[in-house]
Amino acid sequence: MKNIYLDHAATTPAAEEVIEAMKPFYNEIYANPASSHFPGQKAAAALEDARESVAELIGAKKAEEIVFTAGGTEADNLALKGAAMANSEEGKHIITTAVEHHAVLKSCEYLEKHLGFEITQLGVDQEGFVNPQELKDNIRNDTILISVMAANNEIGTIQPIKELAAVARENNIIFHTDAVQIAGQLKIDVNDMNVDLLSLSAHKFNGPKGIGALFVRKGIELVPQISGGSQERKRRAGTANLTAAVGMGKAAEIVSTNLDKKITKLCSLQDYFIKELFSNFDEIKLNGPREQRLPANVNISFKNLDAESILFNLSLNNIAAAAGSACASGSLSVSHVLKEIGLKKEYAKSAVRFSLGFSNTKEEIDYVVQKLKEIIERLKSLQ
Amino acid sequence: MKKVMIAMSGGVDSSVAAALLKEEGFEVIGGTMHIFPDYEEATDREDHCCSYSAVRDAKRVAQKLDIPHFVFNLQDEFQDKVIDYFVDEYSRGRTPNPCVMCNREIKFEALHRKAIEIGCDYIASGHYAKIEKENGRYILKKGLDENKDQSYMLYVLNQKQLSQTLFPLSEYTKDEIRAKAKELGFEIHDKAESQEICFVPDDDYVRFLDANYPEISKEGPILDNEGNQVGTHNGLSHYTIGQRRGLGISMGYPIYVTELDYKNNAVIVGKDDAVYSDGLIAEDLNFILFEDIDGRMEVEAQIRYNSYPVKAYIEKSADDELKVEFEEAQRAVTPGQSVVFYLGELVLGGGIIKKSF
Repeated sequence: MKNIYLDHAATTPAAEEVIEAMKPFYNEIYANPASSHFPGQKAAAALEDARESVAELIGAKKAEEIVFTAGGTEADNLALKGAAMANSEEGKHIITTAVEHHAVLKSCEYLEKHLGFEITQLGVDQEGFVNPQELKDNIRNDTILISVMAANNEIGTIQPIKELAAVARENNIIFHTDAVQIAGQLKIDVNDMNVDLLSLSAHKFNGPKGIGALFVRKGIELVPQISGGSQERKRRAGTANLTAAVGMGKAAEIVSTNLDKKITKLCSLQDYFIKELFSNFDEIKLNGPREQRLPANVNISFKNLDAESILFNLSLNNIAAAAGSACASGSLSVSHVLKEIGLKKEYAKSAVRFSLGFSNTKEEIDYVVQKLKEIIERLKSLQ
Repeated sequence: MKKVMIAMSGGVDSSVAAALLKEEGFEVIGGTMHIFPDYEEATDREDHCCSYSAVRDAKRVAQKLDIPHFVFNLQDEFQDKVIDYFVDEYSRGRTPNPCVMCNREIKFEALHRKAIEIGCDYIASGHYAKIEKENGRYILKKGLDENKDQSYMLYVLNQKQLSQTLFPLSEYTKDEIRAKAKELGFEIHDKAESQEICFVPDDDYVRFLDANYPEISKEGPILDNEGNQVGTHNGLSHYTIGQRRGLGISMGYPIYVTELDYKNNAVIVGKDDAVYSDGLIAEDLNFILFEDIDGRMEVEAQIRYNSYPVKAYIEKSADDELKVEFEEAQRAVTPGQSVVFYLGELVLGGGIIKKSF
């Protein structure tokens, strides 16, 4: 049985060129980029090259605006906690949304619980969109930070970041966006978006795991969350993960070169998949919007069925997909995102997320649809 | 090849059971339930069934055996059928056995259904008990190891459930299983015995109830058997029949809880002899050996898990009600607990104790 991987939103395989680019940095160019000797300088140069590639990916004018972190979660933590702590004199109110990734939500919870911040969570409509007017209505004199994800990892909603960031700009409030899901699927331009902070994660766009970045617009102050040496211009201590940073840089370059081609392929596969699903199944629902949707994301609910059963059956057929949020025990619970969009229980319990990658093919989609038919038919007969 | 899902707790019994099923030629899939309520501290106790470390252990065993493993989220069902039942019983002055309800509604029902949904023919567990088929009927017997027999907890299984369940450990003693575990390279970690409550991580059910369901505990009088008030209690749920400690009363002689009067929210106390009963009425019956009882029968009745069967006579007293008369008076017959009827190693069936007399 062939293995079909449709969980690219969870992680992606590292590209061959990325792996090749990383190899010399394990034991050939291995010096500490902070060392002043020649090997160190050579390593530092490679680190800076990687930094520039990442800056280019997101349209940042200066490479120094990129801070390498150990992943998207750390980037979110640094953005939220770093900005909140640096600006707590001005106020202690933060606005975010109810559909953010847990890295953002838990960082906010931390600020609330331990540092006395007040958090307002904006709701979303049935398709997952945040309303800029609602953002305006919730701004206070003591609001110091707004964080809205660029697109939702579960249902694919692409938020109107430009509009939302404009509201923040008008009110002189720092705006952060978790862009972990859009890198490699949508064009990113931090100046067009007009954001102050932006999180990235390499393993979502065929880079290695364990490395991410936070874009910090020049002039924005953050309190570092990892204390120690003065790496990353004193914003994030610790010896650079040189190998992984180089990998992230290469992955960024690949995206910058191939993005349009990739978007076209993903959109076409997505369209095909959705059409096939709707023509083969009754009583299904596409969760999230059809337009303004991440090209890789297909999130489907099958009325009255159970996501766990569908997912585990897919697993036993060597098809990897996802559902809900994996919690600490490894089991699935109904995701907070589905609750927020008001999805009724009979659909919420069965939401399965397929996320496409560049390597997926039409034949694979056909196979998955075929297997789904068998699975759904059997599950329905057992009801 | 028949497919079976083995319910895995990460403990030695279910781990060896999984290995045995594989040896017998089944296609084996491991399954662990996630049942802990989110409002209780995430539990990571080594010895608790279905805790996070239990899930990890189960996964490791599955990896060693090269079998797929899934974790099933049954929190909603568990809350509804086990925890709510547990709280409800305590609120009515009864002492529930949630494990019995879990077997009936979760392990051999909800989890069973999941097993069927992923294409399994059977569900299996590491219980020390035996299922056989006789005259077209599925019967339940004690496991080989008398000391480890868990058939008491399984009296609730119906014919459909029994027809699709396997107990691979039925012919083994605990010592043999331990030896087998060593042979297979499994770490010997015993998970909680059934007397602990799996969803109360610190085993303090009083704290669990007071913290999460304080509304069920109301102060009331402690009365003697003549109706005189001899003290006050802080909620019926804090007491059980036969209890001596924690009454806060000194009468010059030992006194025990003899009854929990839900209607009057009173704890009734008395001397030791008042704690004994000649019989009980059982409800919520399930018969395994036959469909229903005809006339009067002599059986061996076990009135709690850590006790042994005693000679008794049973007879229907109403539609879903059974009168049980002991040959010798029994101590601390507790409403809410299960009474299970045996004929030697055969499990006839059982029910929930409604009241004693």
